[in-house]
Amino acid sequence: MSATAGQMGPGPALRGDGRLRRRRLVNRLMEISASIAALVAVAVLAIVIISVASKGISSISIEFLTKNAPLFGQSGGGIANAIVGTLILVALATVMAVPVGILIGIYTSEFAGARLASLVRFVLDILNGVPTIVTGIFVFGLLVAGKAQSGWAGAFALAVIMLPIVARSAHEVLALVPKAMKESALALGVTRWKMVLRIVLPTAAGGIITGALLGVARVAGETAPLLFTSSIFANEVSTKPGGALASIPVKIFSLTEEPSPSAHSQAWGAALLLIFFILLLNVLARAIYARSSRRTTRAR
Amino acid sequence: MSQPQPQPTVSAETPQAPPPAPAAPGPAAARAGAPAREVSIERLKAFYGQAEQLKGIDLAFEPNQVTAIIGPSGCGKSTMIRCINRMHEEIPGARAEGRVLLDGADVYGEGVDVVAVRRLIGMVFQRANPFPTMSIYDNVAAGLRLTGRRRDLDRKVEEALRGAGLWDEVSDRLSAPGIGLSGGQQQRLCIARSLAVEPEVLLMDEPCSALDPIATLKIEELIEDLKQRVTIVIVTHNMQQAARVADRTAFMLDGRLVEVGPTQDIFTNPRDTRTEEYVTGKFG
Amino acid sequence: MRRGLTDRIGDPTLRSLTTLASLAAVALLVLIVYKVFDQAGEAFSHFGLSFVWESEWNPVTKQFGAADFLYGTAVTTFAAILIAAPMSIAIALFLTELAPRQIRRPVGVLVELLAAIPSVVLGLWGIIVLSPVLLKTIEPALKSALGWIPLFSGEASPVGLLPAILILTIMAVPIISAVTREVFETVPGDLKEGALALGATRWEMVKMVVLPYSRTGIVGATILGLGRALGEAIAVTMVIGHTEHISANLFGPADTAASRIASEYLGATSSLQISSLAYLAAILLVLALVVNMIARLIVRRAHPKIPTTPGILR
Repeated sequence: MSATAGQMGPGPALRGDGRLRRRRLVNRLMEISASIAALVAVAVLAIVIISVASKGISSISIEFLTKNAPLFGQSGGGIANAIVGTLILVALATVMAVPVGILIGIYTSEFAGARLASLVRFVLDILNGVPTIVTGIFVFGLLVAGKAQSGWAGAFALAVIMLPIVARSAHEVLALVPKAMKESALALGVTRWKMVLRIVLPTAAGGIITGALLGVARVAGETAPLLFTSSIFANEVSTKPGGALASIPVKIFSLTEEPSPSAHSQAWGAALLLIFFILLLNVLARAIYARSSRRTTRAR
Repeated sequence: MSQPQPQPTVSAETPQAPPPAPAAPGPAAARAGAPAREVSIERLKAFYGQAEQLKGIDLAFEPNQVTAIIGPSGCGKSTMIRCINRMHEEIPGARAEGRVLLDGADVYGEGVDVVAVRRLIGMVFQRANPFPTMSIYDNVAAGLRLTGRRRDLDRKVEEALRGAGLWDEVSDRLSAPGIGLSGGQQQRLCIARSLAVEPEVLLMDEPCSALDPIATLKIEELIEDLKQRVTIVIVTHNMQQAARVADRTAFMLDGRLVEVGPTQDIFTNPRDTRTEEYVTGKFG
Repeated sequence: MRRGLTDRIGDPTLRSLTTLASLAAVALLVLIVYKVFDQAGEAFSHFGLSFVWESEWNPVTKQFGAADFLYGTAVTTFAAILIAAPMSIAIALFLTELAPRQIRRPVGVLVELLAAIPSVVLGLWGIIVLSPVLLKTIEPALKSALGWIPLFSGEASPVGLLPAILILTIMAVPIISAVTREVFETVPGDLKEGALALGATRWEMVKMVVLPYSRTGIVGATILGLGRALGEAIAVTMVIGHTEHISANLFGPADTAASRIASEYLGATSSLQISSLAYLAAILLVLALVVNMIARLIVRRAHPKIPTTPGILR
């Protein structure tokens, strides 16, 4: 290099002084702290899943899945009534919440003015913030008080929790459908409702299904809203929502309260079943969304 | 503004000629043992993932001179100056090969701290980016506070603002938010922010592209003053601007350096026909 | 050109159907508030507002006051947020700024999955796995180190405030970190570049640009997490160990409003007791509504594009 650079070489300047080393150290410490925080969160997830799997796997058997709890004093038996009950409760809740949720999503993304849409979204967010135990009290007062617990009441309570999740997800994905796509359809003389049904909904279908699956995954594990609405159930498989239906979360809850080790191991088995399906739904939902969002360009 | 001063012709092929003495040092430049502030690039290649954006560039920037980089968009001019202060590598998947020498030391060399590199090689961006939550004063002081030079902070802030030609306009509202200023003022605030840490080189990436003509004029005048203190590399898509502010001009095309020389030569007597076509507006 | 019948009625039909659905959502919220307050009516006329600060809770004498449970709710919620907020901010920073790019997505998904674990499973895990660990190792360690503070001086116990706080922390972290992460992602790249080009380390860049820019969003996200912790009933009721007495002992049993409702509602023996539990629910509902409105308004003002319903897809 040129001679002028000789005596005052920037080598040390480029390496940094003691102060920069201290700053680097602080930077490193912060990076490590943040990594530890993330590691702890992931570790908690892993520990919970491993605990549930290791303690629950021994309970899982054909009998566990197909039989009901034995009469008191006997061991063995299973949670068939809870499995069937959960399937029915969640299915009914889905039927109630998903169509309404999608309609709301269409309203906020297609029909409502900016202010109204924003208001409806705000209400949905607030609805999402209502504690689920309070939802239980609400449905108890609405459908159970003075009558009896029922699968309908339980399913309605789950639907109340599911609705904002489905509607907000639907809004988010519908809003991502490119404006140009909608306008070009309208410019061709297609009516608005046909445009929504034939172009917007199919384009956003993957995302809407994902939202619904996430809603299902969320309510499948809910206990609090069922506690007052569908928790006093018979020890046999019932498919009639006119009466209280059993459910896996409520079953886990009541098994945990029992002081017997065999009840606890049944609780772990039920927990394993529940967590397996919920995580499966989550993974499935993400996979569907990843696939579908590759088709629609995400305008973010 | 002023036409480029005639310089001894230094061709791209012999970039190692001894640098001319700096112009008469202004008061701000009178730092004891001020380094030579010479930057040279050797065999520089830059990649985005698999795509090779710079295909081997050799170029020397002379101390206390303004060098303009011109060329059609996508030719790699911004990438090149972002390689000089190692901002290029902040982009996911981006990497660089080759050497960038600051007064003879490779900024990509072993043991070099990228933070120290950027302290010595300041950068002004296309869009003014003052820190939105900071006052005018704090924006300028931000870099000084990082390096712990808190003594005489007021004086240094004033000096930097004066250096950026902004002091008279903002001295009565230093605690006002930086984003309250006009676009041109914001850009000069960013220049002041860079100057405050006393860099040796200032990289400017199309600093006027978002500004109106009057604000542009102010920055161009400023560049003329600034070269007393720092070596300046300015990327511009505006050839008139290059002609007005630069002592030397480099023309890039498709990730390669086509030609570099005194600005006057590049615009009036280019050696390469592609340069001629570009500066006469035949393409790009 | 004649339009068919379906075309003429299609538009108004879809428009009114969707409008109706949206109105139903608004009506639902109103109905929830009405029905919960309605059930609380008897207790309200009986105890008035003093219910909030009276601490006697005795189904036998039919004397009901919420103070102890509200105290339990406040302590568990704030303590959980005190742990969860810094942790979530750190996680969000890790996921947006500090982690190598290849691991950001998988780690982010795993943190989100934490929110998918049902509270009854967390409760089960809390009482059978976590509690014994706390009882045998953590609580004695805390006691010997910090025993001079009343909070840490009590008898160790398998159930109580500490496991409840930790479970609520686990529930709040995914929410706070998800929203905070979205907030961090809105910080303009050119600001971050400005800081880096000035010679800032990554952490200094975060301190200079990312955190100040995200301040309001972080506050909103934290309050959102607070809202979640506030209303959790099942997991808390499984680990907190029910008592009717306020105690400063972090290790001892306590109770929260939501947990008390969950544990007592079905076994309630008088209509006044049921109504008192509904009164607790009404207080909880009001708190949750206020907290959520504040949080969402804050996040919305600062970041209109970020949806504040955690758990929905992004």
